[in-house]
Amino acid sequence: MALLTVEDLQVRYGLIQAIRGVSFEVNEGEVVALIGANGAGKTTIMHSICNLIPKAGGKVTFMDKDITNTPAHKLTYMGVAQVPEGRRIFQELTVAENLRLGAYTRKSKAEINASMEEMYERFPILKERSKQIAGTLSGGEQQMLATTRALMSRPKLLLMDEPSMGLSPLFVNIIFDMIKKVNEEGTTVLLVEQNAKKALSIANRAYVLEIGKMVKTGTGKELLEDDSIRKAYLGG
Amino acid sequence: MSTLIDGLSLGSIYALIALGYTMVYGIAKMLNFAHGDIIMVGTYAILTTMALCGFPAVAIVMAVIVCTILGIVVEKVAYKPLRGASPLAVLITAIGVSYLLQSIAQLIYGAKPQPVTLINFGHVTFGSTTLNISTLVTLGVAAVIMAGLTVFIKKTKTGRAMLAVSEDRGAAELMGIPVNKVITLTFGIGSALAAAASVFYLLQIPATSPTVGSLPGIKAFTAAVIGGIGSIPGAMIGGILLGVIEKVCMSIPALNPYTTAIEFSLLIVILLVKPTGLLGKKRREKV
Repeated sequence: MALLTVEDLQVRYGLIQAIRGVSFEVNEGEVVALIGANGAGKTTIMHSICNLIPKAGGKVTFMDKDITNTPAHKLTYMGVAQVPEGRRIFQELTVAENLRLGAYTRKSKAEINASMEEMYERFPILKERSKQIAGTLSGGEQQMLATTRALMSRPKLLLMDEPSMGLSPLFVNIIFDMIKKVNEEGTTVLLVEQNAKKALSIANRAYVLEIGKMVKTGTGKELLEDDSIRKAYLGG
Repeated sequence: MSTLIDGLSLGSIYALIALGYTMVYGIAKMLNFAHGDIIMVGTYAILTTMALCGFPAVAIVMAVIVCTILGIVVEKVAYKPLRGASPLAVLITAIGVSYLLQSIAQLIYGAKPQPVTLINFGHVTFGSTTLNISTLVTLGVAAVIMAGLTVFIKKTKTGRAMLAVSEDRGAAELMGIPVNKVITLTFGIGSALAAAASVFYLLQIPATSPTVGSLPGIKAFTAAVIGGIGSIPGAMIGGILLGVIEKVCMSIPALNPYTTAIEFSLLIVILLVKPTGLLGKKRREKV
């Protein structure tokens, strides 16, 4: 069953049409990757799904509800969480405060505390640094925090935008293991990545984006073995 | 000694006003130059209520209610339609709102200054120093208000949401924080603080006129910039610093005529030496 459906999405920046009619869907339980080069429009798609930037056309459906014009903060209540490009954690707040803000949509204090404990157990480094100002964390730790912060809202759908950007290979592996685990526990994931090889290796299905248009789709494995994809994105 | 306490007291008035500037700047990323005129509206609310019923407590509550509502209405009517517009357009609108409020006050109450008697506390004498009780009340109540605000911002969910919006509006929205509501709330709180400032102002100078808010407004803005615009503790420190400097300069005969010049020179010096203000942080450039 399709959890998220994007139909004929169009986005403009002034006169430039950045997204020219992109359609795709994410089924419940999947990890779906959007891959493409720098400037292909991946982040634009992520921002426009959540209405952080306006759409010029198209329709977005989540759990059979039309969310084309639903503002971002209401989507969080519906079960969509996004880990934005560049992490965008609250640098001036502590790690614990960041996690609490992630649970903004939830009411029960006891449950929120339980979730925090769970996150700390899974990522002991966050517990160690819970009182530290988030801006002092390393890039990898910040990505970890951004991801756990998004999970604190207990999303049905997690949108991850370039989680590997600027991270050491060690942290890239940690983050991708995290995504895999989150998915196994029942969260559907839409993953946008420049690191196509990594993304395709954990994705059930993937779409390839080129200057605002979808040019190819297939399972992760198919695309990993596709010659043209290999040439363009996987380094030969 | 009494100069210092006078300075702290005046400074806490500046601090209350500066908090309004700095919170609105932090969260809505705009300089609300009509903020000083909210104080003016507060003084007229007190004037009118005192004339109608004569109870200071009722007058103070009225001032807070009128200013809070006015702040929220101004935001909704004048600033919200400009969200996303160029900062210059918003700035000019704010200046326009400032003149609008002054003109309305002038239409209703006339341009002449009018006396406002709120409460006359008298004074106390400790040994050789005589202090106005109103000065001490101002200092004490302002301290309580600022402490309360700090706890609210640091410890409550709504306060943390305000900090989140001020740091990264988009990311805050992704957390589920209703950014527009937070901005409205900020204007409400800022205006309520301005109402408190209008009460303390009248305790010190029991008169008002349509332009009464301008100079305290500009000085409090200066205080907010000195402390680091956007920083809440910065506004408190900047306000108190400016108040103490003002009273100290006024008490020294040689410096007295230059008091205002010295205050604004301090602003220039701070901007040259530390453009982000005393507690201002350099914001990371976002791509």
